[in-house]
Amino acid sequence: MISQVFILSSKGDHLIYKDFRGEAGCDAVNKFYEMVTTLTGDQPPVVMKHKELHYVHIRQGGLYWVATTKADSSPFTIIEFLNRLTALIKDYCGCLSEKSVRMNFALIYEVLDEVVDFGYIQTTSTDILKNFIQTEAVSAKPLSLFDLSNVGLFGADTQQNKVAPSVAATRPIMSSRGEQGGKNEIFVDVIERISVVIGANGVLMKADIEGEIRVKCYMPSCSEMRIGLNEEFSIGKSQLRGYGAAVRVDECSFHQAVRLDEFDTYRILKLCPSQGEQTVMQYQLCDDLPTAPPFRLFSSIERDTGGRLLIYLKLRCDLPPKRSVLHLNNNPALPLFSYSLFSSLSQELSSPDQSAELQPQNKAVHWEIPRFPGGAQLSALFKLEVPGLSSASLQEVGSISLSFELPKYTCTGLQIRFLRLSPIQPGASQRWVRYVTHSDSYTIRI
Amino acid sequence: MPYLGGEETVRELRRALSNPHIQTDHLRYRNTIHRVIRLMSQGVDVSGLFSEMVKACATGDIVQKKLVYVFLCSYASVNPELSLLVINTLRKDCSDPNPMVRSLALRNMCNLRLPGLCEYVEQPLTAGLKDKAACVRRVAVLGWAKIHALLPNTEIDAAVVNELYGLLRDPDPVVMVNCLRALEEILEEEGGVAINKPIAHHLLNRLKECDVWGQSEVLSVLQRYRPRSEDELFDILSLLDPALLSHHVPIMAATLRLFLSLCSMLPAVCVSALERARGPLLAAAGSSSRELRYAALCHIQLLLRSEPGLMGEHYKRFYCGYAEPPYIKQSKIQVLVELVNDDNVAVVLDELKGYCTDVNTETSQAAINAIECFPAGRIGEIRPVTRETHGSIGRSYDDRCLGILTGLLELKQEHITSAVLQTLRDLVWVSPQYGDAVCSALEKWEDQLQDTQGRGALLWLLGVYGDRLSGAPYILEDFIDGVRSEVSAEVKTELLTATLRVFLSRPAETQDMMGRLLQHCIEEELDMCVRDQALLYYRLLHCGIEDVRRVLQCGRRSDLSLGPLIGRPPEPISQWASIFNTLEPLMLGASSAGNSDPSTLTPYTLTSHSEPMTSDPHLMTPKLKDPDLTAPACSGQCLSLSSTLSPEEFERLWLQTEKGEFLEAYVMCPVPRCSPESLQVALQLVNIQTLAFTAPNKLPWKMYLYTHSSHTLTPHSSTTPPNTLILAEVLQAGGDGVKKVKEELIEDQENEREESVKEGEGGEERRGEMSGGVGGEDGGKGELLVRMRQYTGEKTTLTEFLSVLTTVLNAQHTA
Repeated sequence: MISQVFILSSKGDHLIYKDFRGEAGCDAVNKFYEMVTTLTGDQPPVVMKHKELHYVHIRQGGLYWVATTKADSSPFTIIEFLNRLTALIKDYCGCLSEKSVRMNFALIYEVLDEVVDFGYIQTTSTDILKNFIQTEAVSAKPLSLFDLSNVGLFGADTQQNKVAPSVAATRPIMSSRGEQGGKNEIFVDVIERISVVIGANGVLMKADIEGEIRVKCYMPSCSEMRIGLNEEFSIGKSQLRGYGAAVRVDECSFHQAVRLDEFDTYRILKLCPSQGEQTVMQYQLCDDLPTAPPFRLFSSIERDTGGRLLIYLKLRCDLPPKRSVLHLNNNPALPLFSYSLFSSLSQELSSPDQSAELQPQNKAVHWEIPRFPGGAQLSALFKLEVPGLSSASLQEVGSISLSFELPKYTCTGLQIRFLRLSPIQPGASQRWVRYVTHSDSYTIRI
Repeated sequence: MPYLGGEETVRELRRALSNPHIQTDHLRYRNTIHRVIRLMSQGVDVSGLFSEMVKACATGDIVQKKLVYVFLCSYASVNPELSLLVINTLRKDCSDPNPMVRSLALRNMCNLRLPGLCEYVEQPLTAGLKDKAACVRRVAVLGWAKIHALLPNTEIDAAVVNELYGLLRDPDPVVMVNCLRALEEILEEEGGVAINKPIAHHLLNRLKECDVWGQSEVLSVLQRYRPRSEDELFDILSLLDPALLSHHVPIMAATLRLFLSLCSMLPAVCVSALERARGPLLAAAGSSSRELRYAALCHIQLLLRSEPGLMGEHYKRFYCGYAEPPYIKQSKIQVLVELVNDDNVAVVLDELKGYCTDVNTETSQAAINAIECFPAGRIGEIRPVTRETHGSIGRSYDDRCLGILTGLLELKQEHITSAVLQTLRDLVWVSPQYGDAVCSALEKWEDQLQDTQGRGALLWLLGVYGDRLSGAPYILEDFIDGVRSEVSAEVKTELLTATLRVFLSRPAETQDMMGRLLQHCIEEELDMCVRDQALLYYRLLHCGIEDVRRVLQCGRRSDLSLGPLIGRPPEPISQWASIFNTLEPLMLGASSAGNSDPSTLTPYTLTSHSEPMTSDPHLMTPKLKDPDLTAPACSGQCLSLSSTLSPEEFERLWLQTEKGEFLEAYVMCPVPRCSPESLQVALQLVNIQTLAFTAPNKLPWKMYLYTHSSHTLTPHSSTTPPNTLILAEVLQAGGDGVKKVKEELIEDQENEREESVKEGEGGEERRGEMSGGVGGEDGGKGELLVRMRQYTGEKTTLTEFLSVLTTVLNAQHTA
């Protein structure tokens, strides 16, 4: 059971504070901030304890979301609850930021009131909650002077732009793109996170894919949705289908609302999505990638006569030429510890829209490539001046980490064949299917 | 920000709230109330607006109502009288046709948290239990729990309790779960809601209807249920089995916990349940929420304590990602070390090598420490099947580990070097056969270290391998020349020992500097420990070189006592089943970060490892009789200093433990005349922490101590907590207060005392002594009264603690 829930900004401002059981004083908020800011590096911050009160917190959207508890509750429950709470608030407010929380405090109090009673979680389903939540969200658009004229103090609406009568029961959850109501949209996203380690000799040492199918639904009512996956989709090693390149995952789990009666034969998921965002299916694949990893890297590191460190990197993208990578960040982590003494970094990059900078606090060079077409090859030469460079430290230039986003691409090859809503929605409904693969842990050892 | 400025704003808001024009225009009214709530959540005191807000409560606008209730619930305790005014509105709302209004009113009526208002609340609550809208019943059920929390001393009507039991069959699953929760609280004193067979089966059958939160709640309540027969047990298990694979981690964890408690007698079933849950746990460990990832990692560490092979083939899932926060990296490293086996040792070692140069200091140190575990024969121990092959496989990787470690030394980075030195010290202490390799690594040593721990480790290594390292005396000389500016007492004591050891092997080069060092330490040193140790060595040197050699060089016994440190046998699952799915594993992670293996430290290794400076306990207190000292501590129970207590906590616990085990005993031992510091050090060696003591010459002399005892061999270990705190007070039996206590003691607890003070002297003698007055401290035959308290524990623990204490005190006196 939960004693209190509070939301703090990263600077420690109180945004939301709700006490459910009256067991602990409100000085807990300050105490929490004091504790979380004085933690040393090797203390894990997730659960902290002070005088019989446990503080469990997560960080989302740059905010601290904290639950306190006196009883010894399940950590998974509390952490999942906080994650769910952030998702709910994101659904209701459109986006998750200090500003949107500040502007929608009344809505958040209302949500909290319905979600938790006396410290016990009642429900977090948007289907049930939509009957109870009456306050309307204020979208956190950037304020312009023009806007100021019809927005009241503190972000509250004034009469002028208030036209619609109470549409509480059918109020759509605001889209994250800031468009209000009206549109019947449904998004099905296939999101994969890939983490790869490639050894110094170019051998793939580890590859993991964690994927999920996420449905975000803005339709007030939707009776049934059918999502068709690739027919050759197979789970586990034994169960291969078809003759071509099978789409295979190791493990797969589904949301409890998904009906699987047509899954075995036709690979169709049936569900009635509720408003808001939900994860319909999760899957994992280890080690056995169906395609080659998307990037190869060739590097050479040497010391030139002037005592400078030369790092030559050549990066090749092995994707089909039509695909392209967005926002590739490249962090050769160089554990040379005298960075603060660096006098200069000079660079030669193969195209002008790329940029590179030295990040002394991370002891890394940061090479950013905004767009990287498939099949292309980019190269860069970094020259670093390191005082007291020795041959031993040359050996210890660490690994190169890439973080990137691949739109319209899944590494497993999972595709959505079709997306049908039944009965056919009256009015224009829009269905979107999006694929994205991203990685924040793509490591290539040198 | 002008609107934060308190009084002016409050006055303006009050004007606005009582303005009839605003009151009639409900949007403006609502906006004004909005502003009040916003000020409130920013921490401005707006309690002055209470009466205006009470008026605003009477409205048909639900949004406005909700806002006002938020305000009222926060300030009701400040204005109990005015709150009475709200009750009328609330009671009227309770009979509103709209169920949402009814539930809102009912909930907030209880949330006002005013015990005085309870009498008004009970009637609507009773009606609420029978309401036809589920949302009202949900609120009403929890309302009774709130009333119980407000008035803990008044009994909740038995009829209500019965009705709550009846509502367990409510069609709405949330009402059912709320009933469970409310009954748990109301019946807390009777041990919570009674789970009999019909209720348990009813709950199990309806489990599917509940959402994630309800299911985990029901599963945790079901832990109290014991199936009557084996058939019933297996029915329940097969019903629950699919939930082990649930991708909702809370459900999976709660189910696994229930499995472990139901099958505590069937270890094979437990193991297969763990295997079933492996997939979801691994998925959670790779979840996109870092906090969830961390919680899963902590629980995986628990699992591995019993089933080291469980995750073996999935070791790659525990590779660190570049962007992960340090605390996740560190716990991944800890897991990774556990998963090493013959097949993957090369790969894992390579991976760990990559982490050693992490940007984060703590992470790189954790990785360096992790490498130490490899050569120590760990690989063979984890998988006993392959023990025969371990000889060759272990060997080749030993060299590799040492290669990595010595390679890291060449990076010449302060924190890495320090961590490597400490690791090397621990390594050769455990397995002296690597001495040669370490020596060759240290041969070219020329750096300056700032870090205390690292310097201590370096000195220890120099002392032990002084005969083989040609440069040892010169490095020592640098230290000795700089001893005046040395701050740390630990380094100084380590320096003394190292110098003496090097002197034994290379007297010609060392004699002069040793003389200088001893002179400085004895004449100028302010720290008592260092001075005492220098004096000790000085006198020892007078005894002749043979004695010095005997004391300094025979103390290194490592192989025998270190069994538990190197490979530990898998624990039974029941050891940790009770803390699974609680916050404790996450807290454990907090306390043990950086220490790769806290659970296995026996008292002996603890003194040597947690205080590197006293790496050889025999040196610190050479006159202690070691066998006597360690024997009681090793037999059946160990003392440990796992957590520290502040004086306030000590006092509170001392007063609280009236209920627990209590033992008073007289010890035939005079007040120790040695310095308090050395007594403290001596007690710390046996893991007793001194909290406070009076100056040696003060009367009455007192000392307060505490320690933790942990049972290793008791059969009840699954039921009692692993650590139990022992508090002790040692008094000189001279003051009046003590006499009084003694008299009482003799009258009341005659039998008990005779039984418990066997190691002292007989009862008559003591009585005689008491009538004749107690001898002073000069008598050499003084007596100490020891009072010990413990929460939960048997008398044997306390008597064993007492015997350890007595030994130390006697030894200190003779010293």
